[in-house]
Amino acid sequence: MAIFLNKDSKVIVQGMTGATGMKHTKLMLADGSNIVGGVNPRKAGTSVDIDGHEIPVFGTVAEAMEKTGANVSVLFVPPAFAKAAVVEAIDAEIPLAVVITEGIAVHDSAAFWAYAKAKGNKTRIIGPNCPGLITPGQSNAGIIPGDITKPGRIGLVSKSGTLTYQMMYELRDIGFSSAVGIGGDPVIGTTHIDALAAFEADPDTDLIVMIGEIGGDAEERAADFIKANVTKPVVGYVAGFTAPEGKTMGHAGAIVSGSSGTAQAKKEALEAAGVKVGKTPTETAKLAREILAG
Amino acid sequence: MDLFEYQARDLFAKHGVPVLAGEVIDTPEAAREATERLGGKSVVKAQVKVGGRGKAGGVKLAANPDEAVARATDILGMDIKGHTVHKVMIAELSPEIEAEYYVSYLLDRTNRTFLAMASVQGGMDIEEVAEKTPEALAKVPVNAVEGVDIEKAREIVALAKFPAEVAEGVAEAMVTLWKTFVAEDALLVEVNPLVKTKDGRILALDGKVSLDENAEFRQPEHEALEDKDAADPLEAAAKAKGLNYVKLDGEVGIIGNGAGLVMSTLDVVAYAGENHGGVKPANFLDIGGGASAQVMANGLEIILGDADVKSVFVNVFGGITACDEVANGIVQALQLLADKGEEVTKPLVVRLDGNNAELGRKILSDANHPLVQRVDTMDGAADKAAELAAAK
Repeated sequence: MAIFLNKDSKVIVQGMTGATGMKHTKLMLADGSNIVGGVNPRKAGTSVDIDGHEIPVFGTVAEAMEKTGANVSVLFVPPAFAKAAVVEAIDAEIPLAVVITEGIAVHDSAAFWAYAKAKGNKTRIIGPNCPGLITPGQSNAGIIPGDITKPGRIGLVSKSGTLTYQMMYELRDIGFSSAVGIGGDPVIGTTHIDALAAFEADPDTDLIVMIGEIGGDAEERAADFIKANVTKPVVGYVAGFTAPEGKTMGHAGAIVSGSSGTAQAKKEALEAAGVKVGKTPTETAKLAREILAG
Repeated sequence: MDLFEYQARDLFAKHGVPVLAGEVIDTPEAAREATERLGGKSVVKAQVKVGGRGKAGGVKLAANPDEAVARATDILGMDIKGHTVHKVMIAELSPEIEAEYYVSYLLDRTNRTFLAMASVQGGMDIEEVAEKTPEALAKVPVNAVEGVDIEKAREIVALAKFPAEVAEGVAEAMVTLWKTFVAEDALLVEVNPLVKTKDGRILALDGKVSLDENAEFRQPEHEALEDKDAADPLEAAAKAKGLNYVKLDGEVGIIGNGAGLVMSTLDVVAYAGENHGGVKPANFLDIGGGASAQVMANGLEIILGDADVKSVFVNVFGGITACDEVANGIVQALQLLADKGEEVTKPLVVRLDGNNAELGRKILSDANHPLVQRVDTMDGAADKAAELAAAK
């Protein structure tokens, strides 16, 4: 089953013909993703040969969906054009849009989120500034390396790309149902709560690992959600205990403002909801192992 | 990026928010001419990015140009909550004030929308108002697509219960403030106080603006607003090289890939440091994906140039990045630094995992650099780096 993405997903790539788009389309194909097209209005009607796969290029997302039945779009569009590209995906009502792009202005992400909401949230947005999501052995929509681990019964949701990889690596012998990188920007589409709800409902997931970091109150709200709605065991990790106040730590959203957004507050909120929180990624993986071993 | 008051004033003026005349100076003598231009009287205001400067003596009236020079002499160089005053604004004297209000727009991360805030209790710390009299602070969601027109502004003003005689003036100011917020890609625009003067005007007397650095691609003028004097010299050098670096106060230099992994590395080093005399991470440095030898060299140069650093921990998980490239980067970086005549004496602990880790580890082993140690787990490597820093 997995969440949001499976072997039947038909994936298009907005920004496929750029250098980053090409590189990752190739990698996604190697992981077995069913890439059915690219979108670039200036190259509509052409096609691109990637490792023997003939990938057609369409002028719009709507056209690509109509011709191929695509239901997932992965966006590698530069920040200046990202808002228009996401709005196009929303207008086409594609069920899932995965926005990999880093460096999108907050006024743009707030605008496309408001637009998606006004259109009835028919498009699930993941990101921006995220590594995308992977359902090992089935499909990969984004830049998470496909060879870290195998299919299994752990669900993972994380704000950070490299911590996603690290955790998948720590637990590579057990494997994952799906791993979702939701992104480190102040405004993101899919939240920890959305992923937790989906993993809770997914019969192929036995345990959920949730990775958070400083900034905002998403982890605190996720803790409330877990307390009320999640019956499966959840293991947590929060990065940024040593981050000073008022400094942005790499991710645009990773900033402690006054007394809010601290790692300590997030850890305490999660623990109060019954989540076991590890001090380091390795310890977090150990906690997950202990729970799965019963 | 947080701005100074005078920069906020300039942006307000540019977009039609009513403000008083003012100019920024950095020598006492310049206060004379600036005050003369304002008709002989002025307010001398310290420019620091911290609240409470009035109480600290950073805002003074000057009845004539000589007094302005004297007040500027007092204030320039003053320390306000750890911030040294390098600039003062010479501002026009406000007409007599009848009432002080508060208005702002900001990002509401929790609800993924913008928020207007307004209160008739201005002139004080708004967090205090929110805590003590929350009913006096109106918080109104603003849809990012719809924005704030005069109708929406009137709604905000009504919810905040502004008196009828100022409602329209405040609503008009709210519209121009929204224009500032959007046109400048701001994360926060705040006017505190917004005042009603005896002669019936609405004026923004003090303000705060914070800008979104991700919007720099369409805001070429924002670069000039950066306070380059205040930046830590290592942070400035890192920025010039395009590196994502934050200086901290510990002894273990950190290089890693990916913001989350680097944040986590800092924490793991701090925990390890508890067993090694309390050493701490010296910095945050994310070299990002696909780090070349040159990027690694740039990063190492910054970190080795930090006199506080006693040991260095390079923590890389190869996702898309291949560890053999990272290993080559480290070896070449040390060679590049040696070629430049920079003697490297600080020990490096390197942990490589993920994509091509075996190859990367082999490259490091083969290079056999006397200062480089390989430890293959994150926790183990952090412990070794902390131990080496404590031993120095």
